[in-house]
Amino acid sequence: MSVKRTLLAVAVTALSTLSTIPAMAADISLLNVSYDPTRELYVDFNAAFAKYYKQKTGDNVTIKQSHGGAGKQARAVIDGLEADVVTLALAYDIDAIAAKGLIKPGWQKELPHNSSPYTSTIVFLVRKGNPKGIKNWDDLVKPGMSVITPNPKTSGGARWNYLAAWAYARHQPGGNDAKAKEFVTRLFKNVPVLDSGARGSTNTFVQRGLGDVLLAWENEAFLAVRELGPDKFDIVTPPESILAEPPVTVIDKVADKRGTRKVAEEYLKYLYTDEGQKIAAKHYYRPINAKIPTKLAKVKKLYTIDKDFGGWQKAQKAHFSDGGTFDQIYR
Amino acid sequence: MKLFSKHTNVLPGFGPTLGFTIFYLCLIVLIPLSALVFKTAEISWQEFLEVVTDQRVLASYKVTFGAALVAAAINAVFGLLTAWVLVRYRFPGRKLIDALVDLPFALPTAVAGITLATIYSHNGWMGRLLEPLGIKVAFTPLGIMVAMIFIGLPFVVRTVQPVIEEIDSELEEAAACLEANRFQTLLRVIFPLLLPSLLTGFALSFARAVGEYGSIIFIAGNMPMISEITPLLIITKLEQFDYTGATAIATVMLLASFLMLLVINLLQKWSRKYAE
Repeated sequence: MSVKRTLLAVAVTALSTLSTIPAMAADISLLNVSYDPTRELYVDFNAAFAKYYKQKTGDNVTIKQSHGGAGKQARAVIDGLEADVVTLALAYDIDAIAAKGLIKPGWQKELPHNSSPYTSTIVFLVRKGNPKGIKNWDDLVKPGMSVITPNPKTSGGARWNYLAAWAYARHQPGGNDAKAKEFVTRLFKNVPVLDSGARGSTNTFVQRGLGDVLLAWENEAFLAVRELGPDKFDIVTPPESILAEPPVTVIDKVADKRGTRKVAEEYLKYLYTDEGQKIAAKHYYRPINAKIPTKLAKVKKLYTIDKDFGGWQKAQKAHFSDGGTFDQIYR
Repeated sequence: MKLFSKHTNVLPGFGPTLGFTIFYLCLIVLIPLSALVFKTAEISWQEFLEVVTDQRVLASYKVTFGAALVAAAINAVFGLLTAWVLVRYRFPGRKLIDALVDLPFALPTAVAGITLATIYSHNGWMGRLLEPLGIKVAFTPLGIMVAMIFIGLPFVVRTVQPVIEEIDSELEEAAACLEANRFQTLLRVIFPLLLPSLLTGFALSFARAVGEYGSIIFIAGNMPMISEITPLLIITKLEQFDYTGATAIATVMLLASFLMLLVINLLQKWSRKYAE
């Protein structure tokens, strides 16, 4: 390319970005800030959405993705990362963004099903053939069992693990909060390492060969088995677990400022269509639309954060903030 | 001494360069650090004390500063030895070993951490040999120390090395002529000359170890009260969106590091005098 042509190209691009004529096919970009295990899901979904949006409006939309620990991602948005939408591991992290005024209050009612287009749950990843015969949560507290989970103070996934164990213990015959606390204390006495994130724990379990069982997101567990060899691990879906709802929302301040509200809303709504649900199912998330087939085993009883813990704000305060039940385990 | 007053500077530019240095230090070092202090100032003294003297935080200081101190001491001994061998002896592969010393500088810390955790965990190369002896390295405070030794080594070697190069062999010959035995020469002649740079190397290695996060986190095990380092607690606070709590601990670390560096600088001054 000659210098002249390059200059011309630059001038043309500059002009076209300066004068956004609505009649022309626009190039829109969105930033989706998400958590770690959704990487593969959104690669597929973004391609599908871009195709759909092009057909519908003629506009080109490119979606950039950013992944990392949910808490860290939320902080990045608070500190000024211009995300049009966030798709995080728990409502608590999005609440924190909302508390800074970037999202309108009541965001979780904007979209159906608590703004969670797909759900997941916590399962056990065990060594091939399940040599320790782990079937349910009470197997985890047996003496000599070695359990791998990340630190609930630094990992969103680990909070689901912790609350799943808590809910299980409290719903046993004669169960109450004191019994549940004793149960998770015994469970965490069996934890030799607390990694700071979910992927770190998966590594500890898989690469270092530490532990008899890994508590993991269902989709992470399937990914680990698929990537690292089905001949090494088995997945045990316990009869009772927790319903993990990773919510999605538009960041109002950013979308309004960048003029991307329409496409951002459309993007999130597309997650609820049959096509979006199929992609979620393909990546081992549980679609909320019951008509979409899924290969995942049924969990008999799923506890929820709202019914069993009174929502994330309450759960966080009681269990994971400084001096909460988790800290008390190590006193 | 009066002969060398400001007016007889051979090179020009004292004023502008000093001005620029101060400006630059403010921009790069002081402004971010003062932001830290200002953020901490949002909470009252009592809250501040509560945060920074919490049991778990105290335990983490002990782990972090304790392990860093031991690691820096070990690095001082073996770093000195390495530097001595590299300068004084000629052997095949010397250049290669010289280059190897810098590797911990260049390696991304996460890579170092994952590698160390892999070889020291019970199914790794080293861990497999140590575990039967009852020595557990990965996921214990010992692992923290190993990571700190790894990242701190080049600091000692690289500060001591040029000083050893400077030592005149005539000094040793003179000592020998004055009937000092080899041990005395080493202890009375060579060591005092090396001490200031050795202290600098120790201080740098220590400071680096205290602030290290990336490589330690993978090998530490991160068990509360046992193997949690202070930087992890800062991250933990941030995960809870407790910005002020995080900065409060950070301020303590800042002060502690600064004090220690100050003490070591004074020691250095003293040792230089002693050497003369």
